[in-house]
Amino acid sequence: MTITNPSTAEVLLSVRDLHAGFTTDDGYVSAVDGISFDVHRGEVFAVVGESGSGKSVTAMTILDLIPTVEVSGGEIIWKGRDLLTLSDEERRKVRGGEIAMIFQDPLTALNPVHTVGRQIGEMARIHEGLNKKQALERAVEMLDLVGIPEPRKRSKMYPHEFSGGMRQRAMIAMAITCKPDLLIADEPTTALDVTVQAQVLEVLIDIKDEIDSAIILITHDLGVVAGLADQVMVMYAGRQVEMGTTSEVFYESRHPYTLGLLASLPRLDDMGDQPLVPITGSPPSLIRRPSGCAFHPRCRFARVPGLCDQEVPALRLVTGDAHRAACHYAETLADMTVERLRADADEAELVAAEEVPER
Amino acid sequence: MTVVDNQGPSSELEASEPGMGDVADLAAARPLRKDVWKRFKRNRLAMVGLGIIIVLVLCAIFAPLIAPYDITDRDSGHFREGPSGDHWFGTDTVGLDVFSRVVFGARVSLKIGIAATSIALLIGLLLGATAGYFGGILDTLIMRITDIFLAIPYIVLAVAIASVLGRSENTVILVLGFTGWLGICRIVRSSFLSLKQLEYVEAARALGYSTRRVMFRHILPNALQPIIVYGTIAIGSVILSEAALSFLGVGPTYPTPAWGLMVADAKGVMSVAPHMLFFPGMAIFITVLAFVFVGDGLRDALDPKLK
Repeated sequence: MTITNPSTAEVLLSVRDLHAGFTTDDGYVSAVDGISFDVHRGEVFAVVGESGSGKSVTAMTILDLIPTVEVSGGEIIWKGRDLLTLSDEERRKVRGGEIAMIFQDPLTALNPVHTVGRQIGEMARIHEGLNKKQALERAVEMLDLVGIPEPRKRSKMYPHEFSGGMRQRAMIAMAITCKPDLLIADEPTTALDVTVQAQVLEVLIDIKDEIDSAIILITHDLGVVAGLADQVMVMYAGRQVEMGTTSEVFYESRHPYTLGLLASLPRLDDMGDQPLVPITGSPPSLIRRPSGCAFHPRCRFARVPGLCDQEVPALRLVTGDAHRAACHYAETLADMTVERLRADADEAELVAAEEVPER
Repeated sequence: MTVVDNQGPSSELEASEPGMGDVADLAAARPLRKDVWKRFKRNRLAMVGLGIIIVLVLCAIFAPLIAPYDITDRDSGHFREGPSGDHWFGTDTVGLDVFSRVVFGARVSLKIGIAATSIALLIGLLLGATAGYFGGILDTLIMRITDIFLAIPYIVLAVAIASVLGRSENTVILVLGFTGWLGICRIVRSSFLSLKQLEYVEAARALGYSTRRVMFRHILPNALQPIIVYGTIAIGSVILSEAALSFLGVGPTYPTPAWGLMVADAKGVMSVAPHMLFFPGMAIFITVLAFVFVGDGLRDALDPKLK
């Protein structure tokens, strides 16, 4: 893993105050509400959040992949150009050639009627104008690069003749064929066997270093994030709630949601008998967002009534020079750790259990 | 894995398209192609149908060699004679050999059947793909056009076009081609509607492929199964419609040996020369049936899950 210094590496992608959503029969769904972040060359930028937190929509909007998404504000600056102002044709050229996407489910993301080699080669034919034979050669090369044994033979096979892990490798091969500067990986290992996940991630990181690109890693797997990411952005209900380097976000969390996520996860190095603490409730509707901080109805630390249900907290600097959190009481969380949260929760549960018979 | 069965035939069909699959594709697809053929072979009716179609095609190609007489060779003195050693299917009102004309008729029927079906497939495919892929206003517009065409009786349209262009095989091809695309349009539209939501279509777009490429290289090959089946059966029904149009006097004229025309010629003399009706009528019947059998067989072979 390369450690990059955000301040010196080239800024590839800069998203500024992005607003996007869909119009549905029930009303406007504000899926992405004022997101800003920078991705630097060489880094792994992780986007974390529950289903419906807007992380996939953010990625899809960068690539202009969902026709029904309406972008209502903001900029997506890619190498100095605002992607949102480009024509469809220009955006199409950025897709695949400069920014490539790796999909979640390799079982469905490969076309069943074309051979794997042809699908990988097609990228090179479209973006680099190679002929059929050169393209097939390139496909073999790419399959070799992602660690598929006997790439020449494999390139003539159809996706259904590949195992899940091999298909995801083939997907990665396809995405990197034109050496893109940015890879967007939308939950690249979710559909895979746990034993294969690590291998695929390793391939992904090796490739990133090999072609000197950056990765936006969209995931809800915090374990994956901890091991690979340089920067982390935590999203909740379409907004950023915390962002910073991985160690800042993981070890100096200043947002109750991040703490909640961490406390709900078992850890291998945590052999104590502390219970896992779930985040109660369910994610809010994006059509009728809770007032104030969208997380306040589920927050352990919310002061209601008060600031929490009245004012939307701004994303502000909390520690270091780039660690930001959107919580009115971020400072009070300075001495809150996952262990303490778990201990507190345990105690509260005991109290609650004792109270029940009295009711 | 059940998906394999589903994928097999499409890849087979795709690879068999000229210019689309290269040698490597064919090599890898062979076992799947074999699967389809094996399932098809097991269907007796379909095999009978296939045999009949092969005979028809041979008749059409080698008609001059097979037919003992030319289609305009009158055998003076032998009018409306029943089957005999000289004239296997008998002769007609003006002394033409019915067998020779039935053999040459295969050319007319196949030509019209294939040409009209191709036109219908092309129109239906383009409109259906556009409607299904883009949706919205385009979809509404195309589907309303389809509805309008559904409401126009094709025979009335045929008579109208024939009065402008004159009676000929080409008139029949145009009429049947331009009225026959409705079904295929609906099939293609619904396939595209469901296929466009699949992840590999999204992936193709994410890789920067043009809309046309996504539609015709990535979605269409996956939608080919029902199109192939429908197209096969459509050839049969076009041949039947051609016979009907010829019978009504909209189709080709004498001396074109169209089966429908021959049946029409026979209608006044049915009681004295039933063979004039029987043989071309049987030719139409058997041909249409053959295409329907093969179409059914293909459907079962391509998608065994339907059974």
